[in-house]
Amino acid sequence: MSRIAAKFEEIRKKQGKALITFITAGDPELAVTEKLVPVLEKAGADILELGVPFSDPMADGPTIQKASERALSSGTTLPKILAMVKSARKVSQIPIILMGYYNPIFLYGPERFAADAAVAGVDGVLVVDFPPEEAGTFKKVAARQGLDVIFLLAPTSDDARVAKIAEYGGGFVYYVSVTGVTGARKSVAVSVFDQVKKIKERVNLPVVVGFGISDPVQAGQVAAAADGVVVGSALVKLFEESSGEELQGRLATFVAAIRDGIDKGKQ
Amino acid sequence: MRFPDKQGHFGQFGGKYVPETLIPALSELEAAYDHYKHDREFREEFTYYLSQYVGRPNPLYFAEKLTKRLGGAKIYLKREDLNHTGAHKINNTIGQGLLAKRMGKRRVIAETGAGQHGVATATVAALLGMECEVFMGEEDIHRQSLNVFRMKLLGATVTPVTAGTATLKDAMNEALRNWVTFVHTTFYVIGTTAGPHPYPKMVRDFQSVIGREAKRQHLKVEGRLPDCLVAAVGGGSNALGLFYPFFNDREVRMIGVEAAGYGISSGKHAAPLCAGSVGVLHGNKTYLLQDEFGQILNAHSISAGLDYPGVGPEHAWLKDTGRAEYVSITDEEALEGFEVLTREEGILPALESSHAIAHVLKLAPALTRDKTIVVCLSGRGDKDIHTVADAMGVKLT
Repeated sequence: MSRIAAKFEEIRKKQGKALITFITAGDPELAVTEKLVPVLEKAGADILELGVPFSDPMADGPTIQKASERALSSGTTLPKILAMVKSARKVSQIPIILMGYYNPIFLYGPERFAADAAVAGVDGVLVVDFPPEEAGTFKKVAARQGLDVIFLLAPTSDDARVAKIAEYGGGFVYYVSVTGVTGARKSVAVSVFDQVKKIKERVNLPVVVGFGISDPVQAGQVAAAADGVVVGSALVKLFEESSGEELQGRLATFVAAIRDGIDKGKQ
Repeated sequence: MRFPDKQGHFGQFGGKYVPETLIPALSELEAAYDHYKHDREFREEFTYYLSQYVGRPNPLYFAEKLTKRLGGAKIYLKREDLNHTGAHKINNTIGQGLLAKRMGKRRVIAETGAGQHGVATATVAALLGMECEVFMGEEDIHRQSLNVFRMKLLGATVTPVTAGTATLKDAMNEALRNWVTFVHTTFYVIGTTAGPHPYPKMVRDFQSVIGREAKRQHLKVEGRLPDCLVAAVGGGSNALGLFYPFFNDREVRMIGVEAAGYGISSGKHAAPLCAGSVGVLHGNKTYLLQDEFGQILNAHSISAGLDYPGVGPEHAWLKDTGRAEYVSITDEEALEGFEVLTREEGILPALESSHAIAHVLKLAPALTRDKTIVVCLSGRGDKDIHTVADAMGVKLT
């Protein structure tokens, strides 16, 4: 069983909900990211999503765009991210997903990337601009290495789309809660609850919800309907305001609060 | 001529590399386009606006004086510069505007670099009574203030993009983000044969009126097909518009001219076909300017319309299959092309088109006098007067 599947199984047994935290790898530099892996885990994250920075992040709002720029300007590359994950594996076994855009993977060589990522200890890959229509071959290559390829569903997805993702998806389904880009929002759209329910009826994978979730109350609301919650931009925002030990402390406090919101909300 | 395939692939190129939110919108667009392109009423309306509003057919003009000066092949200019709004861009925006209207979309958005596509979109939005928002890099807004004002006069909102390099590629990112957000009400009018499927095919089809006319006109005056077609390639829509109807005429050479900027070896250019590598950007796989880790590099060209680090996927495929040839022309050579055409024929070409002219200055003398060349004069040069003056060291007030 993959680390991701095992984690969801463990959470299910506890009747809990997953907290998935997103930060951009290399923001502001990779040494910081490596230090943060165990910090986020201890604070209550179940799964870690690491953004692979790209020069043209067309699905991201300003917060993650700026994080990508910071990461790129400190020389972050995909090979260096894999090396960092490998090193972080010495202290943490938290499931790690790389999230980003296809071009850096394409240039690395999809097959070689899948092999190297698996060796480094990466568990899953979520490529935003890589729908099943294009990702078929990559999925096979990744599966051979035991890497889960995770797909998105959106408010615009119809039944045929849900069926397609049910067929192709691995690890879990990431439901994008809004028609829009990444970034903190003030409230959760009501349609999320119906959509998640509908998807769960049709897809035999855990369904998590992300995009726009920014506080413990929202996280709790979403956790009540889904198998997990992704928090990204709200965390990444903290990188704009602090660094070093202060950043670690603020991240830990924030993640613990979201954890608490989820655990309260799930009942 | 069955390219692209159903998934929008031209060989390995093209495709639909977009976030999931946009997949249904692209499917809806594809279905609508596939339906209306065979719809008699739609085709009649498109043709009506092309003739009565754009002013088509425009001439295939024999540039006799230029031909004499160069002493080789006969040179014909396809006069897209005579279209309403002064460039080929309007052919496509009329098509997409009419399609948007039929799909019930009240709002159109567009990206623009030099502002030509933005102006063409704002024009059609005014004509068809639609709301229009144009995304433009902040750098480009400063460089092209005249076009910014034109768009505003036409009733469009011009939204500055400050992210990334604040140029065309970032404007396209921002337009895609806006489309993802307002996908239910909004039609994204892409200005070139790039982006996700079905845009490269659809834009090519709308622009192929250029080549169909040129073919007919050339047959009429010469009694045969031309020997060479020459067109500038940024994203590649005027070139594909000219080339596509000749695709099966194997004896006709197709030559795309990319912008070599300060020279290919300087690294400051906009020539992904001549000096780039394969990658994925803005929804399709194609040749790009990028580093070894897949980060997109800045393009450079004196011509804002060619200043883009990618190129339409069909060009990538035409290059790899050898059906078309691609060459590059530096800023300096393009300026020479601008000056020569202006002096010889009294026609000020856009700096984009000046690249094609500059290549003809090399090509025509190398061919015998019984050969013919059709050049796409994709736009007029008025918009570039400030840039040209700058380059010549002349200060305009």
